[in-house]
Amino acid sequence: MSRDPSKLLYAETHEWVDLTTDADQSIATIGISAFAIEQLNDLVYMDLPEVGKVLTAGEEFGEVESVKAVSPLYSPISGEVVEVHSELPDQLEELNNDPLNFGWIIKVKFDGDAGRDKLMDHATYEKQCGEAG
Amino acid sequence: MTDSLASTPLDAWHRAAGAKMVPFAGYEMPIQYSSIVAEHQACRTAAAVFDVSHMGRLKFEGDGSENLLDHLLTRRVSDMPLGRVRYGLICDENGGVLDDVLVSNLETPSQKRFHLLVVNASNRQKIIDWITPRMPDFPTVTMTDRTELTAMIAVQGPKAMDVCKRLFKSDPAKLKYYQAVITDQMGKPVIVSRTGYTGEDGFELVVRAEEANRVWENLMLIGRDEGFLAAGLGARDTLRMEAAMPLYGHELDETIDPITAGLSFACNSDGRSYIGRDAIAKIAADGPSRVRIGLLPEGKRPAREGLSVLTPDGQRIGTITSGGPSPTLGHPIAMAYVDAAHAKLDRYQIDIRGKMVNAVPTALPFYKRPTNKV
Repeated sequence: MSRDPSKLLYAETHEWVDLTTDADQSIATIGISAFAIEQLNDLVYMDLPEVGKVLTAGEEFGEVESVKAVSPLYSPISGEVVEVHSELPDQLEELNNDPLNFGWIIKVKFDGDAGRDKLMDHATYEKQCGEAG
Repeated sequence: MTDSLASTPLDAWHRAAGAKMVPFAGYEMPIQYSSIVAEHQACRTAAAVFDVSHMGRLKFEGDGSENLLDHLLTRRVSDMPLGRVRYGLICDENGGVLDDVLVSNLETPSQKRFHLLVVNASNRQKIIDWITPRMPDFPTVTMTDRTELTAMIAVQGPKAMDVCKRLFKSDPAKLKYYQAVITDQMGKPVIVSRTGYTGEDGFELVVRAEEANRVWENLMLIGRDEGFLAAGLGARDTLRMEAAMPLYGHELDETIDPITAGLSFACNSDGRSYIGRDAIAKIAADGPSRVRIGLLPEGKRPAREGLSVLTPDGQRIGTITSGGPSPTLGHPIAMAYVDAAHAKLDRYQIDIRGKMVNAVPTALPFYKRPTNKV
């Protein structure tokens, strides 16, 4: 099932977050937005964290590099990395095609709010991108 | 904020084409139109067209202009035949590089001889200020800054020749590598020079500013079916890096001498005098303390400018001056200055923000075009 961009939350630093909660845990699936991918252009490298790393909201968890520049990836949520998309760095070109589904980067297990109150909804994020563009 | 930035005569074309514009050496310049990699590949497989009007163009006229330039340049100018272009350096007394330049020996259709010196955009004023106080020693020579009155366009790639043949009155195929001529395009003068900064065959054109858009659009129109793309400074940098051409501010600056930079071919110190000659001759005799090397970092992670180069046992011995992914080769490449004592190791390490990446040395350039028809 495809992710609906209007149902996701967004960080100022252009990460998207899909929050899911089932009976025993809350999971945030994190990626980077189509806007960010277009701005970066010509991606060549991605550095991912180890499973088990504990992140604080706003903390750098990896890097994505284009031909010209290095961009840090920031975790929008506090929690523990429970899964990383290890095939993604070898298929960065696919990020252009499908940033919200194939393009997920890490999954973080979190408790409580974990920083979600600082995230934007889709409409607010679109507005930010419009101003930046 | 942008008030202080100059724009080239092609500025409106770039913006209409959707170029991402960035400040560069006092100009607003296109860094890319759509994709650096696509523009890079167009240059390697068809041709790319670059606006390089920000480069400085200084014209020297009058008896003895070759003597003035002989005094300033590490390369002899006075023995250049008409139509010859040479790469040379302007150095200070200590041999520090003030700029790397191209000098052309040209003649107008009305048979007025002159020399054209093309300097880096960021060094234009510095070089003018360096030359001006030396002009009185050459009273019959005049120097004119032609940068803002003209535009400069580079057409680079294997198909550049086919298109340029259809564009100019005199056949550009008659030019050998590093030759130039003044010809015309639809009745207006253009300097066509078989030079470039990408590792490909091609031309650099200098036209009057008011003719820039017409020449540019003709190139794009005729070249469209051949796969030409307009290319920005981003692709220009990845292309020149693959060709291992030094870039001022990266591989060259006032603390670096031509011998250290591996540019001894651009210095002829025997039987002549120029500013910096004695210092350069001494460095050549003693051997430089640092040397420029090429490195291939392992893996896909680009190693960029400013990172430290270390020996396999962790001793810091140098710094990367240019580095990044090579679109043609499909892996990262880097140039670095390392201590001469460690210039022949068979393995190095690069400190990429705290992570050590192995790298092996490689001969420069990283890329050489497959067939050289010149």
